[in-house]
Amino acid sequence: MAGLEDLYREIILDHYRSPRNRGELETPPAHRAEGFNPLCGDEIVVYVDVDDEGIIEDIKIGGQGCSISQSSASMMSAAIKGKTLGEARKMTTAFKQLMSIHETNVGGDGSESELDPEAEVDTTVKLGDLEALQGVVKFPTRIKCATLGWNTLTEALTLGSAPADPASPIRPKNH
Amino acid sequence: MTKLDIARIRADFPILNQRQRTGSGIDRRLVFLDSAASSQRPTQVIEAMDQLYQHSYANVHRGVYQLAERATQAYEGARAKVAAFIGATTPDEIVFTKNATEALNLIAHSWGRANLSEGDAIVLTIMEHHANIVPWQMLAAERGIEIRWIPVTDQGELDLSNLDRILDGAKLLAFTSMSNVLGTLNPVEELVAAAHAHGAVAVIDAAQSVPHLPTNVVDLGADFLVFSSHKMLGPTGIGVLWARQELLEAMPPFLGGGGMILNVTTDSFTTAEVPAKFEAGTPPIAEAVGLGAAIDYLEDFGMQNVRRHEVELTAYALRTLTERLGDRLTIYGPPEPAARGGVLSMALKDVHAHDVSQVLDEHAVCIRPGHHCAKPLMRHFGVAATARASFYIYNDTDDVDALADALVAADEFFAL
Repeated sequence: MAGLEDLYREIILDHYRSPRNRGELETPPAHRAEGFNPLCGDEIVVYVDVDDEGIIEDIKIGGQGCSISQSSASMMSAAIKGKTLGEARKMTTAFKQLMSIHETNVGGDGSESELDPEAEVDTTVKLGDLEALQGVVKFPTRIKCATLGWNTLTEALTLGSAPADPASPIRPKNH
Repeated sequence: MTKLDIARIRADFPILNQRQRTGSGIDRRLVFLDSAASSQRPTQVIEAMDQLYQHSYANVHRGVYQLAERATQAYEGARAKVAAFIGATTPDEIVFTKNATEALNLIAHSWGRANLSEGDAIVLTIMEHHANIVPWQMLAAERGIEIRWIPVTDQGELDLSNLDRILDGAKLLAFTSMSNVLGTLNPVEELVAAAHAHGAVAVIDAAQSVPHLPTNVVDLGADFLVFSSHKMLGPTGIGVLWARQELLEAMPPFLGGGGMILNVTTDSFTTAEVPAKFEAGTPPIAEAVGLGAAIDYLEDFGMQNVRRHEVELTAYALRTLTERLGDRLTIYGPPEPAARGGVLSMALKDVHAHDVSQVLDEHAVCIRPGHHCAKPLMRHFGVAATARASFYIYNDTDDVDALADALVAADEFFAL
């Protein structure tokens, strides 16, 4: 059993208190996706602006959540800004491996169902500050908090510039 | 009125008599404050189920042998206990379901499909649990019926100022008797009377109130009332639908299968009498016996005394938490302890409920963070999540003090 210090590293609390890249981007041209954590009600919105060369020119994060989901999204935004789509995907895979989620590929549905324990850990990807989130693994219920922003990013990049309607809500007829 | 002997009660709950070793290696007494999600159960309940399985178990309503007879008597005896506990006029008005959620789905599916068609309106409140929202939304999506909403005030009470306009022409009003988020006790009799004045049937989601308050369905004047066993010291896997007998008799069956029929041919079937009509398949037999034992246990103390204990504890909690945390802590819902149940939804300034709960776990204090399956209500208050502590018969002021200590620690941990 791990102590609170393993979970709440100083860098995490710093990103929670002073989140980077908070805000919105105009859609289009930016891509937008919403992510929900059905367990705790956290909602996150990711905006990404990708240029013609496939470079992530800008990223903004909206929504509200706990220190783990907010700091993970904040660090993610700082890490992938200016990177290519390929680099962002590699980083997503590496981050999920850090969270003990091994996937054959990062699915467009943002699911974590495709487990592949044999998957090679790509050691060439540097996660930097994000490695402070490693302690989350010892608190299994919080892993979903840490991956919320990343799954939402994946969805934003997969959806393209179409207006996001991820949940296709079931509505009463006529109303 | 008798004061509850909490030390004696606690001795009946072995699960509460344990210590938790926290991440930093400190050994602490377990403080369970999550009974609104699911309560714990006393040895009396566990032993009653154990006894049935070891000595009197067989399927019910089938065999002619003595063992089957004893099991059937135990199962039907539990139904009679439930009926008496909520003041139903006959055990035939008690239908055992899987839980309160299934009971609400049964009403929406059976009564709803038989009585509602395109253009009809039903009324819900903003403070409903998803269990009393989604079944109606599913029906609305299928049938094209209108859902209207009774709003909530900033103090967390129903805003009844436009009740007559909202109920005008509606066929059904479904509402919670006690909010699972705020603890708000709603004016059940007034709402039922208003529904009836407009020709609507009244459905009461009593999952939070039946475990904690005396309940009498005849006095309430309701048409339907549902609750769950696992929130009232009983086992999981069984809930209760109560409805007036003539309503149950007029309703089509919900699930089909064995036990709910009078006759089956290759062409058709005829249904059994109520309540069997709504109990297809082998029912939760041991669970019913466990629920019966839970009712015996609660009645031993008397529901008036259970309620009084919880009002006193809630008053102590409101006072203590305000003293210890001041304006660092927001407690949602009515400020008057008598106007609410023992449920406190809290927000610690600048600390997310998930993080609060994580620090509280370090103090072996079990509370629930999240939206509590009531997202429309959370949206009303503009919060994604609250930290909810809830009390029951086995909690005392020591538990509240432990909660206050842990909240102060959480506040300090996240302080800038």
